[in-house]
Amino acid sequence: MTAPRFWRKINQRYRLVGTECRTCGTAYFPPRDLCPDCRRDGDIVGKEFSGKGEVVTATVVHDAITDYDSETPYTLAVVELEEGARVTAQVVGEAEVGDSVEPCFRRISDEGEEGIVQYGTKFKRV
Amino acid sequence: MAGIVSYGGYVPRYRIRTREIADMWDEDADAMEGGLRVKSKSVPDEDEDTATISVEAARTALENAPVEGDALGAIYVGSESHPYAVKPTATIVGASVGATPLMTAADLEFACKAGTAGVQAALGLVEAGRIDYGMAIGADVSQGAPGDALEYSAAAGGAAFVIGDEGVVAEIEDTTSYTSDTPDFWRREGERYPQHGERFTGKPAYFKHTEGASRALMDRLGTSPEDYDYAVFHQPNGKFPVRVAKSLGFDEEQYETGLLSPEIGNTYSGASPLGLVAVLDEADAGDRVFFASFGSGAGSDAFSFSVKEGIEERRTGLKETFEVVEYIDYAQYAKHKGKIKEE
Amino acid sequence: MLRDVAVVGVGQTSFGEHWERSFRDLFVTAGVRALEDAGVAGDEIDALYGGNMSAGQFIQQEHVAALIADYAGLSTEGVPATRVEAADASGGLAFRQAVLDVASGASDVVVASGVEKMTDLGSTETTEALAGSADREWEVFSGGNVAALYAMMANAHMERYGTTRRQLSEVVVKNHENATENKYAQYRNEVSAELVESTPYVSEPLRAFDCSPASDGAAAVIVVPAEDAQDYTDQPVYVEATEQGSDSLAVHDRNNMTSIDSTAKAAERAYEAANVSPGDVDVAEVHDSYTVAEILAVEDLGFAEKGDGGAFIEDGHASVGGETPVNPSGGLKACGHPLGATGVRQIADATRQLRGEAGTQVEDASVAVTHNVGGTGATAVVNVLSDRNGRSR
Repeated sequence: MTAPRFWRKINQRYRLVGTECRTCGTAYFPPRDLCPDCRRDGDIVGKEFSGKGEVVTATVVHDAITDYDSETPYTLAVVELEEGARVTAQVVGEAEVGDSVEPCFRRISDEGEEGIVQYGTKFKRV
Repeated sequence: MAGIVSYGGYVPRYRIRTREIADMWDEDADAMEGGLRVKSKSVPDEDEDTATISVEAARTALENAPVEGDALGAIYVGSESHPYAVKPTATIVGASVGATPLMTAADLEFACKAGTAGVQAALGLVEAGRIDYGMAIGADVSQGAPGDALEYSAAAGGAAFVIGDEGVVAEIEDTTSYTSDTPDFWRREGERYPQHGERFTGKPAYFKHTEGASRALMDRLGTSPEDYDYAVFHQPNGKFPVRVAKSLGFDEEQYETGLLSPEIGNTYSGASPLGLVAVLDEADAGDRVFFASFGSGAGSDAFSFSVKEGIEERRTGLKETFEVVEYIDYAQYAKHKGKIKEE
Repeated sequence: MLRDVAVVGVGQTSFGEHWERSFRDLFVTAGVRALEDAGVAGDEIDALYGGNMSAGQFIQQEHVAALIADYAGLSTEGVPATRVEAADASGGLAFRQAVLDVASGASDVVVASGVEKMTDLGSTETTEALAGSADREWEVFSGGNVAALYAMMANAHMERYGTTRRQLSEVVVKNHENATENKYAQYRNEVSAELVESTPYVSEPLRAFDCSPASDGAAAVIVVPAEDAQDYTDQPVYVEATEQGSDSLAVHDRNNMTSIDSTAKAAERAYEAANVSPGDVDVAEVHDSYTVAEILAVEDLGFAEKGDGGAFIEDGHASVGGETPVNPSGGLKACGHPLGATGVRQIADATRQLRGEAGTQVEDASVAVTHNVGGTGATAVVNVLSDRNGRSR
């Protein structure tokens, strides 16, 4: 991912800053600027997520795209955050359905020796 | 009086034993362990680096702090393994704790004392009334060339300190430094691993500067070792800090709490700061802590801390995290440290 | 729909690693075969729809419908050519657009084609290109890719319904067996469940043989108003319904991790428009990009109860001779999966079944369903075709 594209979502990637629709009370992470249920009747504001969540399902990835190939095998999971939103993220080590997790700050990928380092949030079991 | 308002340390959960490295290079494991007084060292996960360690330490420090990240007016990160040669680690930390944009930031390098130099910088801004709170971090994922003596101890870890003049739990009574141009250990731009002067790193470097700063501080304050409950020194191995403590007049009871290197190795810019974290996790209000870092190149920053009421609310349980560790072998270690890279 | 539409000609290339054949070579071959089958001349074509997912990544070529029209000799007639993209539902979608064009009365003779040239890239770059069908910002950036996302759905399905590893393998066994008679298929060899389970992991529990292969290929079909169909062929195949559903792009945003709701929605609409129920379907060509996808498909299309898809296939109900034969062509796994071509290839195979011309033939097939999915399920296209033999609408 290019530098501007990565930078645009730093708050989201580093601190799990998402959004919330005050009309229906749904919390969105990854953030949405338009509530799919309320659409133009929605009232969207920013919301910082705690990062605490539970593993919904997971897999161990052996074949990855280029930027992640050197990290395989790694655990990828869908984590349900306590505010209700679900996110796709790596879990450090192994993960089983139902595991409680919390966020940790890790290198997500880089673009070889020369590109920017792309940091973000992974999860670890508590 | 200004000082430490809250603190936090982070050490990655992997360990490799000294004898595992010795066996790889056909060295005498007992001799290596005995010579260094280091049994094991910490190893970062493949997706950890100085920035991620700094962020974890910073977040721990803010967890127990009376303020949020956006109260920080300055962030300094000292390391000799910043992820970028140009582009600061301090801004990554700032963005991760919500301190941006109204803050100043910079990265520091002074071998293993870059973090404590950051404490002095933050302290200056706070005491001058320019900022309310500042953060100083010392962190490293230190490198040692395969088969070199440094490989046995070069480890990963870091600690962060929130400095302010309100809600202080460890007052900085005074700080003094002893600095000279001494090339005892260095790494040229573009080189992957550092060079060191072997025995030259001892007397003319570590001992001269640590003793120099420590004696100068105690002279200024009119204190002596008996006035202190704890003493923390830079700990590149398990031997140097013990020797300098004794030569200054401190005893084992005073230095043992803050001596982590036998278990986690030398975390470079994180070393003496992590020792201080371990001490603050134990010290009580009314205790006094003597502290002297050392960085090759060379210099030592000495501090005298006075622990205050409220310290109990800031404790972090650093040593408890050492109970949940995973030992790895040399092959896994090499992969983690990026010594084997897939093309 | 304003007027009924019929398929009067089909054609395709074989699918496989066609080192000597370019993108252009592929669609020209498929197009010529379709026109010959329909007895249609190039200057009779009113419009062309080209399904293609990723020519931009695979061969750095955009503007592909124009390219197709050009090399198919249609641009000399100024024929309107439109590229249609919905990841690997591009072909099914191109077919739907072609049908709607004819149904609306805007055009009388329309070509729906699909083409993909994948093998100029290595496997890592191919995985990268495929990942564009998922949410790059929030699934792929975290380390996800399409196989990993389907793997997570497989794990969720196994956890919730007890679907087994062996049931995944049986999908491959059946489809390879079916493809032995398909002269266009990439793989015509039989495989055993043990072999499938011995291949390396791609993303647990999915192994290499759970995944359809990268492939080069093209397919084309010709559609005309039903009332004109007899002018072209004795065996028109009528489009009783062409419906489409959508769902969130990212798997984590779906209401359901154990079904592809866009399939269920499209199927519901299609069965209603066609006035059939799942039990009336004689044969189905479904989207088995991964083995678990076929299990989900038989459930979401209503052939099996939710959760019973694995058993349905394992017990033989989806085999030729069973209740609802699924993928008698060999499916994506054995035919190969040139992304944009698959949806059109399915129409060609369904047409052959209804004409009685298929390699592995389902006896007396009269009603066929084709099912084409984009990525992990954000788009699904379901078509119902019939020969109207002995059935009036």
